[in-house]
Amino acid sequence: MAGPVLDMRSIVKTFPGVKALSDVNLTVRQGEVHAVCGENGAGKSTLMKVLSGVHPHGTYEGEILFEGEVCRFKDIRASEQRGIVIIHQELALVPYLSLAENIFLGNEHATRGFINWNETLRHATEVLRRVGLDDHPETRVADIGVGKQQLVEIAKALSKKVKLLILDEPTAALNDEDSGKLLDLILELKKQGITSIIISHKLNEIRRVADSVTILRDGRTIETLDVKAPETTEDRIISGMVGRDLENRFPERTPHQPEEGTAPALEIRNWTVHHPIDQHRKVVDDVSLHVRRGEIVGIAGLMGAGRTELAMSVFGRSYGRYAGGTVVKDGEEIRTRSVAEAIRHGIAYVTEDRKHYGLNLIDTINRNISLSALGKVARAGVVDEHEERKVAESFRTSMNIKAPTVFEPVNKLSGGNQQKVVLSKWIFTGPDVLILDEPTRGIDVGAKYEIYTVIDRLAAEGKAVVFISSELPELLGMCDRVYTMAAGRLTGEFSRSEASQESLMRQMTKDKEVTR
Amino acid sequence: MSTDVTAKTPAPAPSGKGGGTADGGLWGLVLEGMRRNMRQYGMLIALGLIVALFAVWTDGDLLLPRNVSNLVLQNSYILILAIGMMLVIIAGHIDLSVGSLTAFVGALAAVFMVKNDMPWPVAVLLCLAIGALAGSVQGFLIAYGGIPSFIVTLAGMLVFRGLTEIFLEGQTLGPFPKGEQKIGIGFLPEVGPETNYHNLTLLLGLVLIAAVLLQEIRDRRRQLSFSLDVLPRNLFLLKLVAVTAAILTVTLLLASYKGTPIVLLILGVLVVGYSYVMRNSIFGRHIYAIGGNLPAAKLSGVKDKKVTFYVFLNMGMLAALAGLVVAARLNAASPKAGLNFELEAIASAFIGGASMSGGVGTVLGAIIGGLVLGVLNNGMNLLSVGTDWQQVIKGLALLAAVGFDVWNKRKVGS
Repeated sequence: MAGPVLDMRSIVKTFPGVKALSDVNLTVRQGEVHAVCGENGAGKSTLMKVLSGVHPHGTYEGEILFEGEVCRFKDIRASEQRGIVIIHQELALVPYLSLAENIFLGNEHATRGFINWNETLRHATEVLRRVGLDDHPETRVADIGVGKQQLVEIAKALSKKVKLLILDEPTAALNDEDSGKLLDLILELKKQGITSIIISHKLNEIRRVADSVTILRDGRTIETLDVKAPETTEDRIISGMVGRDLENRFPERTPHQPEEGTAPALEIRNWTVHHPIDQHRKVVDDVSLHVRRGEIVGIAGLMGAGRTELAMSVFGRSYGRYAGGTVVKDGEEIRTRSVAEAIRHGIAYVTEDRKHYGLNLIDTINRNISLSALGKVARAGVVDEHEERKVAESFRTSMNIKAPTVFEPVNKLSGGNQQKVVLSKWIFTGPDVLILDEPTRGIDVGAKYEIYTVIDRLAAEGKAVVFISSELPELLGMCDRVYTMAAGRLTGEFSRSEASQESLMRQMTKDKEVTR
Repeated sequence: MSTDVTAKTPAPAPSGKGGGTADGGLWGLVLEGMRRNMRQYGMLIALGLIVALFAVWTDGDLLLPRNVSNLVLQNSYILILAIGMMLVIIAGHIDLSVGSLTAFVGALAAVFMVKNDMPWPVAVLLCLAIGALAGSVQGFLIAYGGIPSFIVTLAGMLVFRGLTEIFLEGQTLGPFPKGEQKIGIGFLPEVGPETNYHNLTLLLGLVLIAAVLLQEIRDRRRQLSFSLDVLPRNLFLLKLVAVTAAILTVTLLLASYKGTPIVLLILGVLVVGYSYVMRNSIFGRHIYAIGGNLPAAKLSGVKDKKVTFYVFLNMGMLAALAGLVVAARLNAASPKAGLNFELEAIASAFIGGASMSGGVGTVLGAIIGGLVLGVLNNGMNLLSVGTDWQQVIKGLALLAAVGFDVWNKRKVGS
């Protein structure tokens, strides 16, 4: 067995208010493919950013040893010089430059500032061949598919004399065929002596390419397993990913008893959505689900499962290209082709990304709360500011928004309080159905409990709640029923009593072939 | 969790802070109050300083009644454009076509009234409608066609300039009928007994002062009832005195010359009306929302396309109004009218507190920005500074205003 090429010791990384990594250790042997897996938010990407110098030395605690030497990278260039190259989830290619130009971007073959095109093209052809691409190096990146673009990224890494290649969920945006090719390439590079770290939560992928797997959970290293050992089953990995205790982190809930006979508050039938650009990719594939009044229904899924896309598409076709499906509310088919229409039918969608999609950060609390239902505080198109303030005040009290006045700009609030403002805004529209997308993401434990209480109260008032979350304990603690999604499909439905972290995770990591 | 609110509560009146003298304390309050709304107060102070400086440099010529009257007439059309431009910029767009559109509408006005003897009220309404139509075509292409506003209005700038020359056949057309001329250079009529002042102007000034004071006091009462932070009492009184003095000064200056220019009255109505719309109407709120965060506004059910469309329609209409004022002032339509007006209007908006990324700004800010430029223009003219240096100085003023704002924001800390 070869010795370690990389040794990360006791890495601690804190962001304002959040401890992203607390005491992570990662040891990677020379020449292996090492998988890192864990739930969303477990700290995988942060760890890789620490390793590659995106988070420079000094912003974290702990030690990084690469090839036996202590490394203190001050930026990505420094780590690349040592032969550590990271390929991010979002590809970092310039679409309108050629493959060759992209490969040598920032690293050009040039003499006195002028590019040596012969050398550039020769070298580009060489590295492209190594990753199995025979496209001409002068082809524009925009003209090749996402799968090939991923390979170009790897070619770019190879041109930098990579010793350790880090791939952050490399197959998340790829179809099966491209994924297969990419995984083959990783194995091929392994033969050439290149060590890889692959972040993934697709267990079949990990079993196919990885030699060992390190599991992270809540910013800690849980364990490192030998993938080839017979006792390392998928279940074994899953239990490592989820093994967490459920304390009293949720309000007491009396589970909802479904009333027979009445139509569900919201029913989505055979909903299909195509990717906005790549029309052949189904992001949401024939999904049907329903939620009753007073019920909290969870949707579990990992990155790329299509949960947000489903919700946003149903909510006024705000994502992708609609390709079929109907929405039925209280037994009657409704149209939700625009956001205004969806709101009028009593649907509210609370986004997972409050900063980009939820709030006008430079505006005040009261104006953010009233925005979706200005008509309620206005007469003949004129906003009654007195009324608006009263509404905002009542939400400030009932939702416990911590701010000196409702005239405070929301960008001065903490994440938890911002989330309460977004929730207030949607509650104010008077919805029957609330779709909450990761409502507790990035907020502290105390604020989380408050949000749970609010959700509970909404259900008790008879509203139907769809609860999208990546945190399984949260779904288990709050929901009456949980659906699982993977790769755009619905892969399971669990009642409160059937659902466990293990059973959900099994369906969440299921790939298409298995489902069929 | 107690650190939930990262913002510090705006310091309440630090009265007696450090037991300083009453004078120092008041000055501290003034500074504290200004820091809260730096850009606008900063510009207001800059405007005051510029006025004071030029008054000294021109040995008081700047503040001669005749010149103040002129200043209003000279800058009215830029200010009208600046109001519309402020809305466009708050919505996150830009309009480069307004200068050409101003000239184009002026040309049409001449064709209607000078060539075809159309009655002036009809022609004026028709011109406003055509301006709105031109704006709505551009607005349609931007909002529903998805073409960037920079491109659409750059094209508009060329198209309307070209059309102006076509309609005028390269000539200057005039003179206009008396009614139309009044829009640009007319004054309110004199009424009542013979005094050394223009009576109606004095009356208007007093009414304005009363209205402003009443509004301020009502606002303060309401804010107090909301238990909001308000200016401390003595500072509030100081503000009222300052506002009263400013209005009174301008009133007296105007009243001792020919009185109130009609265009000032139009401008006043526009400022009050648009300020109200931007602050209190759903439409105004939606403009701020789409400029502040377009994706969030869309997901909140704001009809962003419709709002954008109307913002440009409105800009077209105001450009038409400006065109009528310019034509009336020159008493002719010229192919070269309205040159660089778009740049002056844009500069006014930015000096007055707009942000490149949209979502920020007030109508009053645009007016202050426009006045800063206007006084610079007028003052330098009085000092016989050449247009070459005038441009240099105006450019630097724009740079300084926005640079100061950027610096100030960075200092306060992101």
